[in-house]
Formats: sequence, structure tokens, C-alpha cells
Amino acid sequence: MLEYLWLVPTIPLIGFLILILTQGKLSEWPAGIVGAGSIGLSFLIAVLAGLEFAASGATSYTQELWTWMSVGGFNIGFTLYLDGVSLVMMYVITGVGFLIHVYATGYMHDDPSFARFFSYMNLFVAAMLILVLGDNLLLLFMGWEGVGLCSYLLIGFWYTDSYNGYCARKAFVITRVGDASMALGLFLLYANLGTLNIQEAMGLAQQNWVSGGGVATAVTLLLLGGAVGKSAQLPLQTWLPDAMAGPTPISALIHAATMVTAGVYLIARTHVLYELAPSVQYLVGVIGAITLLMAGFTALTQSDIKKVLAFSTMSQIGYMFLALGVGAYSSAIFHLMTHAFFKALLFLTAGSIILAMHHEQNIFKMGGLRKDLPWSHWLFLIGTVALVALPFTAGFYSKEEILASALAHHDGGFLLWLFGVAGAFMTGLYSFRLYFLVFWGDKTHDGHEVKGLHLQGPLVLLAVLSLIGGYFTIPVADVFPPLEEHHPSLFYMAIMMGLPMLGVLCAYLVFVKKAINVKALAGSGLGAWVHNFWRTQWGMDWLYDQLFAKPYTALANWNRRDFIDSFYNGTARLALILHGLISDTQTGQLRWYAITLASGLLLLVTIGVLL
Amino acid sequence: MPAISMQAIPVEHGLLLAAVLFTLGLLGVLTRRNMVFVLMSLEIMLNAVALAFITGGARWANADGQIMFIMIISLAAAEVAVGLGLVLRLFHQFKTLDLDILSKMKG
Repeated sequence: MLEYLWLVPTIPLIGFLILILTQGKLSEWPAGIVGAGSIGLSFLIAVLAGLEFAASGATSYTQELWTWMSVGGFNIGFTLYLDGVSLVMMYVITGVGFLIHVYATGYMHDDPSFARFFSYMNLFVAAMLILVLGDNLLLLFMGWEGVGLCSYLLIGFWYTDSYNGYCARKAFVITRVGDASMALGLFLLYANLGTLNIQEAMGLAQQNWVSGGGVATAVTLLLLGGAVGKSAQLPLQTWLPDAMAGPTPISALIHAATMVTAGVYLIARTHVLYELAPSVQYLVGVIGAITLLMAGFTALTQSDIKKVLAFSTMSQIGYMFLALGVGAYSSAIFHLMTHAFFKALLFLTAGSIILAMHHEQNIFKMGGLRKDLPWSHWLFLIGTVALVALPFTAGFYSKEEILASALAHHDGGFLLWLFGVAGAFMTGLYSFRLYFLVFWGDKTHDGHEVKGLHLQGPLVLLAVLSLIGGYFTIPVADVFPPLEEHHPSLFYMAIMMGLPMLGVLCAYLVFVKKAINVKALAGSGLGAWVHNFWRTQWGMDWLYDQLFAKPYTALANWNRRDFIDSFYNGTARLALILHGLISDTQTGQLRWYAITLASGLLLLVTIGVLL
Repeated sequence: MPAISMQAIPVEHGLLLAAVLFTLGLLGVLTRRNMVFVLMSLEIMLNAVALAFITGGARWANADGQIMFIMIISLAAAEVAVGLGLVLRLFHQFKTLDLDILSKMKG
């Protein structure tokens, strides 16, 4: 089946074409079958291809489809490249993607644009698969832009509400900043190495670049720019919470499980370059560490269920960046996978809750939903414990690996580790705050569980994956340098295992036992200021508003009468004035003509005589 | 033709008379509002020019001046024929020959 690898991205693309060429007029049944079925088929082929790949024992498989472009010495092939990392990514995208598609057939039921929704979803999956299967950076970049486009289309899916359009534009523009940086990085890489093929470029870089050299630093910094934009890390993270304006399955698929982890994939893919630029690699870790803690604090103050999850996604991707920063690439990919399981589960369960509450997303208007929504309750709890990384859940094994690697990292690792464990405490606190606020406490509104195999089925599967996902081994030994076995001392282990539980305990005391009056604390002077500071993403939105949006609009206002236009308008106006002057001489008075004729003649004769 | 009699009138006098006639004609064109008088003034100007040619031809004893005179006269005749025809049409059309009123053609 390995030779059918090309079908994996092609089938979703065909699904997209069918749905879009029928102009979104397919009714729900056929649209759902094409939409979800294409991803299911793609997953099936991916599994068969993966099994054959594993059986062949090769480290990689290359499938050259055709030459994309060939200009002089610049040859870009449309070539798929499968190795351990792309295999894991392919499984996550098609597998989790399939479950989310199935769920979406229930969630989007009765939406007038049902077929349009699935066409965008299929296009997204196709683009994401090209991103992870591309054997050169240009193909990867095409997929990268494709997923960006789909993200834009799907955030603004309910476009009749202008706020959703605003959110979509914001996400698009901010990620575009990162993408521009990434494109520059690719140009620089090509100018230096003369190839965009990933494997060739890595080999050439290892031979030709000096460690810590200027070129390596510049290229990795520019690529990092692209990665932080896509993965919503500091300083380009402000778009992710707004991206929650899209339908909930989108948040699960694009803004939790797959697209936002593309930055992690990019850095893991080009890890050879990052090893040649140790300072940038450490910067990756620092960015991850700061983002994970910042997002944790912000998640603690949100009132929208989806935004809490959005900030927790940001925080978990921060962990992945931290892992990349300390060279634990396989841990980063492992956490990417487990995170895809439990975050998709959390988002989809949140979607069920939102459905049950008739599109209410404010967690303060929920509460006591344990009894009304038993399914959602247990599924959400499983997702939450995996997110908090309580022992024996999927999240525990991956996060544990990351923190152990950080601790063992020789220079600066301990500092990153401190951020990581502080973030683990915050994760426990904000996740269970969300859980307790939604499911415990006094009941304020009735909820009615929306049931159906296509709604609960995927959730149960994801819940199982969230519990056992930690026991999977990912086949990346051939791709990344081997990870040394770290066995932190019992003291550190206790901290790493204890802090999340301490966070949960704090959440229990504060939000169930009401040991502290949070409202009063957040309402008084300093408390209110801190609360507001955290809630507004540490003022980042405000800062960008002041730094970029305000000066830009001021400049635009100042130049409202276009500077360049005024030159052309001025020319036109001058011609009009001159025309008016000459036109005024045409009075129709014959005697006036005669006198001008005579005086002109007189003038000429006088001049002739005088000269 | 005895040359003496031509010498009796100095060329300056002829030219001066022509200039005076021309100026009078021009003033007539500029000040008169009745179109018939304007045409008459134009005739005076043409005759002034013709006189200047005659004077020049006499001064240099050259026939070219007289040829030009004949040409100007025939031109003036033709001009009057066309001009008077237009005057008649205009009067039919507008019941007036006042140039200041007949000023519809303007830019």
C-alpha cells in the first residue's frame, strides 16, 4: 500500500472538490458521507501504508510524483517523504481528524452551510497532509499557507456576524507576519545551500555551516518567526483566543490538534539547523517557557469555556517548544500527539456542553451540570486529568518526559524546568477551575444532553486514547538524535507529580469549598488590576494596538487624501483651470475677436520693429 | 506715363494716407455694432492696403503693386458678395444686425 501514499492527501482534496463544485448544495447526508468518509478512507490508507512502512524496516520512503517547477538550476519536485515523524503526524491528522469530522456531522446538523463547512474541513486536511508529507520546504510552505487559508475561512465560517470576520482577519494577518518571516528564512536557506529539499539541506548545513554562525542563526530565527506565528507563541500569540469564534469542531481540529502544532513540526523537522544555532535553540525553549506560564495565568481569568481551552492549548504548545529548546524532539512530538488526543476530546466535549446549553459559552452561567450531562461530565473529566497530567494518563507520560529532559539539560535547563513545573501547577489550577465551575456548584441552568452515535462515539474513542495514549511508542528513533534516558531523583519526581495535584487541590478548595472569596479578591484595587492584566493576555493586545494598529490608522487618516493621488488630481485640476481661462476668451463677441486680433498683430509688429 | 508727375507725390504721403485709412477702418470695425457698417469699414481697410501697394509699386516703378491692387479689389468684391449674403440671412433669422446680440457662438 506504500505506493498509494499519494492518495492520503488526494482523497480529502477530491472530497473538497466534490463539495465545492456542487456549490455547497449537497444535502446533509451525502455531504457528511463525502466529508467524513474521505478522511476515513484517507486514514485507512495511511494505516495500511504505515504498516507496510514499518514492516519494510526502512528509515524513510520517498515518492516522487512529478516535477513542480524547474527553472534553471531551481528544481522543486512534488515529492512525498515519509519517515517516523511524518508518519505520526499523518496518523494524528487523519485519525483525530476523522473522529472530529464524524463529530462535526452531528454538531453542524441543521446548519444551512453544512456542505461548505465540510468542504473547508477537507481542504484543510489535504493541506495539512501536504505540510507534513512534503519532502521540500517549498511544498511544506504551500501546505503551511493552505492550512492558514482554511483557518481563516473556518474562523469566519459564520460570516454574517461581523465579529467573526474580524477574528478571522486578525488570525490571518498575525500569522501572515510569521509566514513572511518564514518565507525570508527559506530564501536565505536557498541562497546559502542551493536546495530546499529538507534532507539535502540538513546534510549540506551540517557540512558547510559553523555552529553558532551568522547564517545558521539568521535562518533559524526567521524560521522560528514562522513557527511562533503558526503555533501561537509569544510574541505572535494574540490571535488564538479570537480564533475561537469559529465552530467548535474547528477549534478542536485546527486550533488544538493539528494546525497550531505545525510550528513544532517545522522546528523538529529542521532540528539539525537549530542544533547549529544553540542560542536560537535556547530561545525556542525560553519562548515556550514564558508562553506556557503566561497563557496559564490568562486561562485562569477567562470566562468563556472555549477561551480557557484556547489558552491551555497555547500553554501546552509552550511545553512542546520547551522540549524543542532542550533538544528533546521526540518528547515534543510525543506531547504533540497526546495533546491532540486530550485537547480534541476537551474541545469536542465543550462543544457538546455548548450544544446542551443552547450555545451558551460563559462558564459562570453554567454550574452543577454533573447530573444533567453525565456523558459530557465523565468525558470532560478524562480530558482534564490528561491535560493536568495526573499519573497514568497520556499527558502525564509526555509532559514528564519533557520536564525530565529540561532538568537534565546542561545549560539553562533548570530555569526552563522551573517554568515548566510552575506551569504544571497552573494547568492543574485552571483546568479544574473550569471543570468545577461547569460541573459542580449550584445548578443555574438546565442542560439537555444531545445524544447520538456520531456525537458520543468519537468522544469515547478520544477518551480512550487520552488514557492509553501514553503507552504508545512513536517511531522517531531514526529521525532524531537519541534521547538519553533521564531518571530524575525522587525529590524532583515528587515535585513534578505533586505540583499538578496541588493545583487541583487548590482549585477544589477555592472553587468548591470557597476557601477564598475569589470575587472579592478580583474586585478590590490591586486584585482587580492583576485580574484584568492577566485576563487581557498581559496587555499584549493593548500593546500591539498602541504599537501597530493606532500609528497605522493615524498614518492612514493623515494620508486620507492620498499623497500620490493629489499629484495626479492636481495635474487634472491645472488643466481644467487653463481650459477655463481659454474658454473665457471665446465670448462670441465678434468685435472682441477683432480687437484681440489687432492687438496681437500690433504686439508682434512692435516686437519685430524693436528687435 | 511721365515720371515727373509721380515724383510730385512723395511716397511717405501715400503711405501715411494708407495708414490713416487703415486705422479709420479698424476703428470702425472695432466700434461699430451694426454689421453693415462693419463690412464697410472692412472695405476701407482693404482699400488702405491696396493704396499702400500702389504707392510702393509707383516708388519702385514695378507693376507688381498694381497686380496686387487688382487682386485685392476682386477679393473685396467677392467678400462683399458673401458678406452681404450672410447679412441678409442673419437679418432674416434674428431680425437684427447688432453684433453684440449676435453672440451665441462662444466657448
